[in-house]
Amino acid sequence: MLFLLALLPLLGALAPALAIRFGRNACALAAGAVTLSALIVLGSMVPGVMRGEVFTASVPWIPALGLNASLFLDPLGLMFAGMILGIGLLIIIYARFYLAAADPMGRFFTYLLLFQGAMLGIVLSDNVLLLLIFWELTSLSSFLLIGFWRHSAEARQGARMALFVTGGGGLALIGGLLILGSIAGSYDLTVILQQKDVIQASPLYLPALLLILGGCFTKSAQFPFHFWLPHAMAAPTPVSAYLHSATMVKAGVFMLARLWPVLAGTDAWFLIVATTGLVTMVFAACVALFKDDLKGLLAYSTISHLGFLTMLFGIGTPMAALVGVFHIINHATFKAALFLNAGIVDHEAGTRDIKRLGGLFGLMPIAGTLALVAGLSMAGVPPLNGFISKEMMLYEAADTVWLGQAWVFPVLATLGATLSVAYSLRYIVHVYLGKRRDDYPKSPHDPGIGLWGPPAVLVALVIAIGLAPALVAGPLVNLVAGAVTNGAAEPEHLALWHGVTPALFMSAIAIALGAALLMGHRRLDRLWQGAGLPEAKAMFDASVRGAVRIARRGTDLLQNGSLQRGMAALIGTAVVVGFAGFLSAGYVPGERPGVPASPAAVVGWIALVAATAMVVLTHKARYISLIYIGIVGLIISLAFVHLSAPDLALTQISVEVVTILLMLLALNLLPKQTPVESRPWRKIRDGGVAVAAGLGVGGAAWAIMTRPLDSISGYFWENAYSGGGGTNVVNVILVDFRGFDTFGEIIVLGIAALGIFALLERVETGASGKRLAAWKPDTVRSPEHHPMMLVVATRLVLPLAVMVALYIFLRGHNQPGGGFIAGLVVAVAILMQYMASGFAFADQRLHADHHSMIGAGVLVAALTGLGSLAFGAPFLTSAFDYFSLPLIGEFELATAILFDIGVALTVIGAVMLALAQLSQVAERAEKEPQPETETAMDINPGRDDAAAATKADQ
Amino acid sequence: MTMELLVASAIAVLTAAGVYLVLRGRTFPVVLGLAFLSYAINLFLFAMGRLVIDQPPIYDKAAEAYTDPLPQALVLTAIVIAFGMTAFVVILALRTYLETGTDQVDGHKDGEAQP
Repeated sequence: MLFLLALLPLLGALAPALAIRFGRNACALAAGAVTLSALIVLGSMVPGVMRGEVFTASVPWIPALGLNASLFLDPLGLMFAGMILGIGLLIIIYARFYLAAADPMGRFFTYLLLFQGAMLGIVLSDNVLLLLIFWELTSLSSFLLIGFWRHSAEARQGARMALFVTGGGGLALIGGLLILGSIAGSYDLTVILQQKDVIQASPLYLPALLLILGGCFTKSAQFPFHFWLPHAMAAPTPVSAYLHSATMVKAGVFMLARLWPVLAGTDAWFLIVATTGLVTMVFAACVALFKDDLKGLLAYSTISHLGFLTMLFGIGTPMAALVGVFHIINHATFKAALFLNAGIVDHEAGTRDIKRLGGLFGLMPIAGTLALVAGLSMAGVPPLNGFISKEMMLYEAADTVWLGQAWVFPVLATLGATLSVAYSLRYIVHVYLGKRRDDYPKSPHDPGIGLWGPPAVLVALVIAIGLAPALVAGPLVNLVAGAVTNGAAEPEHLALWHGVTPALFMSAIAIALGAALLMGHRRLDRLWQGAGLPEAKAMFDASVRGAVRIARRGTDLLQNGSLQRGMAALIGTAVVVGFAGFLSAGYVPGERPGVPASPAAVVGWIALVAATAMVVLTHKARYISLIYIGIVGLIISLAFVHLSAPDLALTQISVEVVTILLMLLALNLLPKQTPVESRPWRKIRDGGVAVAAGLGVGGAAWAIMTRPLDSISGYFWENAYSGGGGTNVVNVILVDFRGFDTFGEIIVLGIAALGIFALLERVETGASGKRLAAWKPDTVRSPEHHPMMLVVATRLVLPLAVMVALYIFLRGHNQPGGGFIAGLVVAVAILMQYMASGFAFADQRLHADHHSMIGAGVLVAALTGLGSLAFGAPFLTSAFDYFSLPLIGEFELATAILFDIGVALTVIGAVMLALAQLSQVAERAEKEPQPETETAMDINPGRDDAAAATKADQ
Repeated sequence: MTMELLVASAIAVLTAAGVYLVLRGRTFPVVLGLAFLSYAINLFLFAMGRLVIDQPPIYDKAAEAYTDPLPQALVLTAIVIAFGMTAFVVILALRTYLETGTDQVDGHKDGEAQP
């Protein structure tokens, strides 16, 4: 049930995108139906929650990380889910009539539902890791919503800023919740919330608190992170109404409420949270009074009210938390109504600039009445819901002592309330009252019910809660407050009239002063505008620019486009870090006795070092260095033989052959010499880095080899034969235990070959084509293009080589060998034909499509792996059995051999694709006459001589 | 003189050669350097299973000792992947040379001032 609820909007997000094909009504209907059905699902759980039940649902996801898809629905979650879905539904109806014909509605509703799903996920998550995922999703989906009007630079900047601030806060929150989870020993909220004493006693409490608050304050736009919210007003008005009344910005407040039982109650909590909330409330209310843009005014008023809520949760008493819960509902109702109202004004009058409005009441009485009621509620005028919660807030503030000063909270809270009255009245008076004007950009009149209906529903709630708070909101508020405070909050009888209390006087002062402020608004406004106050956006932009400049400078220092410098920095860093690590710990020589070196090993070592030195010394003469590097590869193969690794030796030697062939072919077209250009000091520097790197890696190898080994391989050894059916443990690991690695590896090999193909396929076009056409052989050519001896020998060898490959392949499971090596041997045998008889000759006779060979190989391997699923075993489990045939005797068949066939096919295909493609290019470049008519053994050895002779004659 | 010393010093020499060549200014030596680094790294990984002589990891009930098969399996994979990488880089170098007419790693024309 809970999963259905959480997934409905996320999956349903597809519905409007598809339904838009059937028109805008269908699209809105689809979005509305999704939300409505989620609301119905939620409704079915309301009675249970009201009875005190907590619904839970859990599916293990990555249990090893403590990450489970656990959801729970308690009263707090219910309240938020109700607001998210209820207001969401109203917004969808409103947006249907608000969006212009040119706006892509399908995209809009899809984003909106995605956002709705992410918000629902936050309030329903039990697992904090899951919650974090949804938290980030709201940042991302709100980015899409705020930037919905892509053509507007303002929208793009606003979206980016919102993503930057809330996403950055999300990172802090991740850190905070991870710390919290590790203190509590569980990532499940229901467990964490029971561990108040453990958490508050932990030395990590303060870091966790600061990081979590970093996430909450950015999301809930608390000072000094508030600046993104006004710029997010570049979004379509329904989005603003949704994000900034009931959802996105309330997520931060939600987190404060959710973690209240374990985080609240300490001095740090009170000082940071309550103070931030108070400052934000007063500061933002002050700015709101001087905003001329209707949505700007509402934006700052939202920040102010978020500060109001933050302060209440920060005070830390259960009663203050109860007031906070109550005001969350109230704020959502009147603020959403006002945002929608601002949208109506914009829609009908064509502007949101207060200085160009006024006197609209007579022209649009319905919208005017709605604005009047909602605005008065925001101002805190009885008998509306805003009055009750504000009164209760003042009551709490009056009792709060801040750093020993009793006056700070009551005075500043009253000041905030005063400013709130002033800007609320300004919204009503300067827009709807006053003289009617004749210079509105459009001729305003009341909109259709589609636009005024949704806010009317909210306004009805505003009045209902105001008149009968105990009846309409009381049970829910008490229940939620109980959930927020872990049962510490006493049930409160919500009432309009609280008697003559200090709070009543504070309220009265606020209303009187607020009205007076509005009277003097013109004069104050002039002062405000002339004060030249710092603008947050400019500061933000400047700091972003600064960060970009510093990053660019750093990047330019390391990466100026020179590969050599980048590589030197990379390797140099690795060397420095490695040695720093080595020197910071004392070195203790290893105890493991060494293996005595045989004289043959010493000889091999000398040859290896000599050949390596020769490569370095002669690398400018490229052909010669290739010969030396061949020696190095050969000796490494021999070393593998000597050190009990026959499989590696076979693989290394065959890879070596293919690599050298490939390099020879490439070198044919590349320059044969490397010019001298490095200055001596550069050689010395590189040499120094190289020696240091060599010492580091060699030293590490030495240190490890001289220490005893504690390997996990015992398992493979014991199970290779009984479980994998093979005695060659290396091969069994490759095709069975770690078959998935091998599967990934042949795919990589296939992709590398396809990449090579792509690089060479278009080589004959463009600049490279011209160079290739102008290319002339720059080395001495043998007079015989296809030496007879080589041609004959390779053709005789071919069947033998294939035979050997087959043998290596078949014995692979039990003796050294296997698919890799067999594939390489076959590839080498075929390559010999290319070399000896030329590309055209071999290609004509092979008819092999290397692309499909790679594909077939991967497919065979995958199907073998999937086959085990059919028998209920995990992917790539191999099966084997023993059979007997007359004459041959008993033999074994394992599914692993199918997998190995896939490996071999891919290897052959990949190697052949790369080399055949290259030799084709080379052959074309040679502009050799194509011996198409000749058949295999018909080549006249004298043919090339004759050709050379004719050439010489010319 | 132990085998360990020989292998460790061989790894050191191969790494040093690889690093030096990778820092050269032309594509071909860089490719050679990558090949050397592959040798060194494969040997290094292989050495993680310690050096054992004449005890190949072929299962036999009578065998009392065997060399660690796991690094061998990993290195076998590594050799093939290293081949794929080397092959790709060689061809990339070739195509770049044909496309730009120079095999300087940053695409500077011959004779141009070096940064």
